[in-house]
Amino acid sequence: MSTELTHEQITGGGKPVFFDFDEHDHPEGGSTMLGFWMYLMSDCLIFAVLFACYGVLGHGYGGGKGPKELFELPLVAFNTAMLLFSSLTYGIAMLTMEKGSVRQVQFWLVVTGLFGLTFLGVEMYEFSNLIAEGNGPSRSAFLSAFFTLVGTHGFHVTCGLIWLTTLVIQIGTHGLGQANRRRLQCLSMFWHFLDVIWIGVFTIVYLMGVLG
Amino acid sequence: MMPPMRDVHPVVSPLLGRLTLDALPLHELPVLLAFGGVTVGGLALLAIITYFKAWGWLWRDWFTSVDHKKIGIMYVILALVMFLRGFSDALMMRAQQAMAFGDNAGYLPPDHYNQIFTAHGVIMIFFVAMPLVVGLMNFVVPLQIGARDVSFPYLNNFSFWLTASGAIITMISLFVGNYARTGWLAMPPLSGMEASPDVGVDYYIWGLQIAGLGTLLSGVNLLATIVKMRAPGMTLFKMPIFVWTALCTNTLIVAAFPVLTAVLAILSLDRLLGMQFFTNGLGGNPMMYVNLIWIWGHPEVYILILPAFGIYSEVVATFSQKRLFGYTSMVYATIVITILAYLVWLHHFFTMGSGASVNSFFAITTMIISIPTGAKIFNWLFTMYHGRIRYELPMMWTVAFMLTFTIGGMTGVLLAVPPADFVLHNSLFLVAHFHNVIIGGTLFGMFAGINFWWPKAFGFKLDRVWGKRSFWLWVVGFWTAFAPLYVLGLMGVTRRLSHFDDASYQPYFIVAAIGAAMIAGGIGCMAIQFFVSIRDRNTERLRDLTGDPWDGRTLEWSTSSPPPDYNFAFTPIVYDNDAFWDMKTRGFERPTAGFKAIHMPKNAAAGVIIGLISVGFGFAMIWYIWWLAIASLVAMLGVSIWHSFNYKRDFHIPVEDVIRTEDERTRLLAAQKVVA
Repeated sequence: MSTELTHEQITGGGKPVFFDFDEHDHPEGGSTMLGFWMYLMSDCLIFAVLFACYGVLGHGYGGGKGPKELFELPLVAFNTAMLLFSSLTYGIAMLTMEKGSVRQVQFWLVVTGLFGLTFLGVEMYEFSNLIAEGNGPSRSAFLSAFFTLVGTHGFHVTCGLIWLTTLVIQIGTHGLGQANRRRLQCLSMFWHFLDVIWIGVFTIVYLMGVLG
Repeated sequence: MMPPMRDVHPVVSPLLGRLTLDALPLHELPVLLAFGGVTVGGLALLAIITYFKAWGWLWRDWFTSVDHKKIGIMYVILALVMFLRGFSDALMMRAQQAMAFGDNAGYLPPDHYNQIFTAHGVIMIFFVAMPLVVGLMNFVVPLQIGARDVSFPYLNNFSFWLTASGAIITMISLFVGNYARTGWLAMPPLSGMEASPDVGVDYYIWGLQIAGLGTLLSGVNLLATIVKMRAPGMTLFKMPIFVWTALCTNTLIVAAFPVLTAVLAILSLDRLLGMQFFTNGLGGNPMMYVNLIWIWGHPEVYILILPAFGIYSEVVATFSQKRLFGYTSMVYATIVITILAYLVWLHHFFTMGSGASVNSFFAITTMIISIPTGAKIFNWLFTMYHGRIRYELPMMWTVAFMLTFTIGGMTGVLLAVPPADFVLHNSLFLVAHFHNVIIGGTLFGMFAGINFWWPKAFGFKLDRVWGKRSFWLWVVGFWTAFAPLYVLGLMGVTRRLSHFDDASYQPYFIVAAIGAAMIAGGIGCMAIQFFVSIRDRNTERLRDLTGDPWDGRTLEWSTSSPPPDYNFAFTPIVYDNDAFWDMKTRGFERPTAGFKAIHMPKNAAAGVIIGLISVGFGFAMIWYIWWLAIASLVAMLGVSIWHSFNYKRDFHIPVEDVIRTEDERTRLLAAQKVVA
């Protein structure tokens, strides 16, 4: 990152110095956090589009059933808890990373992954029930928007799980060096980001749909 | 993935999906000839590469290269190749419209004609204008900020290959199956399954989906590069204007392309899984698509024009031998345009009928954009005022731009008036307007940029004589081709028609066709210009040994042409926004000793491999070949994970190599001085 340099600071008032003669290697990955943030914000816009579609088309029931008849809040509340717990355990994994313990990081990552798997399992159960009762994504614009929004979130969780599994292996083989710490931090941001998105889904789609 | 149950495609074979021999153009002679030509040409090219044993060189030095300069050049080559395809489409349309009157049906059947105007729009925007813009930013930005590469060099290579894969998928549609007949934005319900059941729209979707992902990633990359990798001393307000426009353009890319990704994904869900987003029954709403695609589409046109504005700024200052007039106002004008780019999308469909207040809001925001744009025009004029102007080729393109673009901008303000738009919507007046700003703005800017930075990329200038011939044919040809379209639009002719009943239009269309032929001449001269310049590259006339052929002002001219792999042996320290001019006026001395080994990123093969597999994936999704889709998806994932197991991604250019390269430059500079 550049900083404001005055002439005098560099030259001590003498002839201007136009080159950095004492440059050292730049540590790899100095822009990774910023870059990953920008990626997450662009991903956030994909969800913004899906939320906008849900907002506009969410009442297009096409003569079919609406949220009040279709959604089971207790099931979704359980699922929300699973995802929130997974974020908590990921946080613990990051704390153990600071301590430098490969085994503990792996343990908490696996716990996080199990919570994530449970979340996905429950979501698939919910989806398959809906489809089996004739309320699949092609039934109405409301259901299309619902399946796409929730499904896209689920797809992200799936990607997160593949990434998490890879990282569990990689910190086993390569330890907790700079590169792997950076990767763990990126996945951490990704995982918490999915949590934030889910809070939006839970509130807008489920709570406001059933109670509103 | 479940195969969709649809009556329109009763036969989906497990092995080949809906791909049959009927998909090949065996009964259409012109397409067959084109196919034959491309096949023979392609095989000849492969044979030549094999004969000269160039595969290893191509693979090592280009395909897997993470060097931002080489990637930038590959983008520009891709764009120029695709430009030939997009322009052939334009010529075919002009010829058809010049002859298809009354009893004469022309030579193109409507079904074919509709594919041509769709492909023309898509190719020119996504595979010509975008790669030119991204390519020039890639090449120039790191050099101008005094960096050795971008923030994520491997990602840069990957982004390029995704763009190239999108282009390949789009080209395959010419020979296998067909392309969309929907216009370049594929609006539903026309692009829905009922109206477009075959593969055309799917080619459109997957070509753009893959290329769009590449553009998004390259946007993230350049944004991080500009924020994080500037040379010491280069504060935001000491960045060259081109870097400012690149910063704003990439902000627009990161904030607009996800919308394109999402809306195309939703359209394919409607088509593949029978969802109801944009259908007319069961609660869907096609206008949702129109809104979303333009929320991407409007920023997109500023993505294309802002870097061109940046190029003009660099060119005007360099060839007027003056500091750019109004640097700060130029920066703020760029930022204001960036923000307003998001607040005008609805002006593309005033006719949707959202009411007077909504239309007024979008009309006013649209008109406001002309204020910062006008400020820029005045800044360029004032830069030229009392300057020592040299009419080199880049400067000629810049002056042509100022005249052409101003008129295009004025017709744009005219279209921004909703009552006028209700009359001119979808007319040839609109077609003339956006060609006026995209050709007269973006394309002229890219030509200025290519002529300006070519010597930096290759170490020799482009030939002036053929460049001037190309310039005049282009500029006169442009006005001959599009002025009649303005008139026709005012007469009420709508766009995308392949046949007319009213013979009084014909003279105008004939003039337009003559204009297109002149542009063809301009393109021919440009090709000759490249050929002649490459042939004569070692002559005194064209060769540049100084690295600074135009007496440049910014850092890219401080290094050799072509720059070494590491760009700068020592990172420059910046005190002024014309950093190299400042160095020259204050008598800097190029260091000739004290070099060190330089830390650089290593080449990577994963980008090109995943890119090529993504062509297979796109093809499988288009033709419903589900096994191939799954296999290629798994393969892409596998290669990504394999790539992530590579932890040794950097190396040091040994100090001996740096010394050898820099000594050679010292020798050349000394030889140059003796000659002078």
